[in-house]
Amino acid sequence: MSADGSVLTPVVDEAAEVPAGAGVARKAWAWIWPKGLAIVLVLAIWQVVVWSGWRPTYVLPSPAETLQTLWTMLGTERFWSALQTTLIRAVVGFALALVIGTSIGVLVARVRPLRLAVGSLITGLQTMPSIAWFPFAILLFGLNEQAILFVVVLGAAPSIANGVISGIDHVPPSFVRLGKVLGAGTYSLYRDIVLPAALPAYVSGLTQGWAFAWRSLMAGELLVIIAEKPSLGANLEFARQFSKAPQLLATMLVILIVGMLVDGLFSAYARHVRHRRGLDAK
Amino acid sequence: MSLMALVKGHSVPESSPDGPILRIENVSKVFGRGPEATVALQDVSLEVMAGEFVTIVGASGCGKSTLLNLIADLDQPTSGTLEVGRKTAFMFQEATLLPWLTARQNVEIALKLAKVPKRERAPRAEELLETVRLTGWGDKRPHELSGGMRQRVALARCLAQDAGIVLMDEPLGALDAMTRDHLHDEIESVAREQGLTVIFVTHNMREAIRLGDRVILMGSTPGRIVYEEAIPLPHPRVMDSPEVATRAAALTARLKEQGHTHVG
Repeated sequence: MSADGSVLTPVVDEAAEVPAGAGVARKAWAWIWPKGLAIVLVLAIWQVVVWSGWRPTYVLPSPAETLQTLWTMLGTERFWSALQTTLIRAVVGFALALVIGTSIGVLVARVRPLRLAVGSLITGLQTMPSIAWFPFAILLFGLNEQAILFVVVLGAAPSIANGVISGIDHVPPSFVRLGKVLGAGTYSLYRDIVLPAALPAYVSGLTQGWAFAWRSLMAGELLVIIAEKPSLGANLEFARQFSKAPQLLATMLVILIVGMLVDGLFSAYARHVRHRRGLDAK
Repeated sequence: MSLMALVKGHSVPESSPDGPILRIENVSKVFGRGPEATVALQDVSLEVMAGEFVTIVGASGCGKSTLLNLIADLDQPTSGTLEVGRKTAFMFQEATLLPWLTARQNVEIALKLAKVPKRERAPRAEELLETVRLTGWGDKRPHELSGGMRQRVALARCLAQDAGIVLMDEPLGALDAMTRDHLHDEIESVAREQGLTVIFVTHNMREAIRLGDRVILMGSTPGRIVYEEAIPLPHPRVMDSPEVATRAAALTARLKEQGHTHVG
């Protein structure tokens, strides 16, 4: 090691020197405070609008009343069953989109004729507002779970497929050459080199796919209301029909928070992947 | 591989101890067709003995890299034959380490793709890192290592392929002078200890003389061998010594006679 080491001091990972517990707490704080500030800002603006008397409080309740309703709502079984239904749909829909989007992405990236034919179609699908699919989905499947899942998958899969395709496209040619030099066959080239190299773009695709899945799901739950099956979207619709503004706003808060939490998980994973590869934006 | 390779003019014969380990006969390589065609290599013939350290120098575009690709079986010659007596390993100008793997895993992946059993990989990789004097650095990721260290990992990965012939395509071109000098010593001693045959491409005449038992000059458009000379100076040599400098000047002059001036 002698001379080389002394001439060129290697960059040592700074994060490794901080005790793990303190590091986690600091990271958590760094993650929480901007979001906390955002919430405080929103509540403040909301309160000011309520005070201005622009709309009567039975239509636009104050943050305090809404939060109180939210608190009461958290104590009801109906809320938790609605949240459960919605989350199960989100997980199942996203999982399906993950499998379908990933398979299509790998196929399209690998097979040139497919690439030309399907590549632009995928981008087109991505720009299509998923709510536009619902009338067709309801005709196809009826007012049921399948209609909702169909649209959630259509919403999320193109983003995931695009993530895979752009990830594979941007694998440095030198990595592929290295794989060949090391004697990798097609399968091991993909398993050991191409797919791991495509991971950061894939994770961005997943993050975007989740955002689309969540939006599509909410649109679906508003339109496709299944009797005896409460969901967050259905609760929104009922709150509107019965003019229960505090319930409506409280449910919206829950939708916002769930979306942000899951997005936060994806972002944290994306940062972890980038950090391990020394790609952090410093 | 040998049957397919034989058909395409790339064969792996049984190597005899005294004969050449690598024989290239009248090899040409043309890219493209018709009026667009570029002759990258024209009628190149070369024999390399087992354990020999051969350096190839030439201006950019002289087909050095094409020649290495043909030897590594990454590409096929348009005409002529290559007989490559041992497995080849490749070291590139960039270290080309996979950024999601640690230094050790970057060595292990060569073992994995060479189908070395899983439990043997980690200790073998550690051994190889020790060979390139990177003991204790195995858990670092490429971005945590200096340029010289990254090339050492690449060298360890190269050795992991258990090849008899090592092809090096300007592997030290991007390093500072001091790091490069250390790596010269390293590559030379590793090659000697392990009895490797090395074909080392560079555009630096002094580097070629510093390392080579034999220096081969290539001219460009079309790429061909214009001259070769054995370097009888004792090893290890010093790149800035007068002996090396004198020979470098003479060889550079010879290359200039061929009308190729862009050699440093």
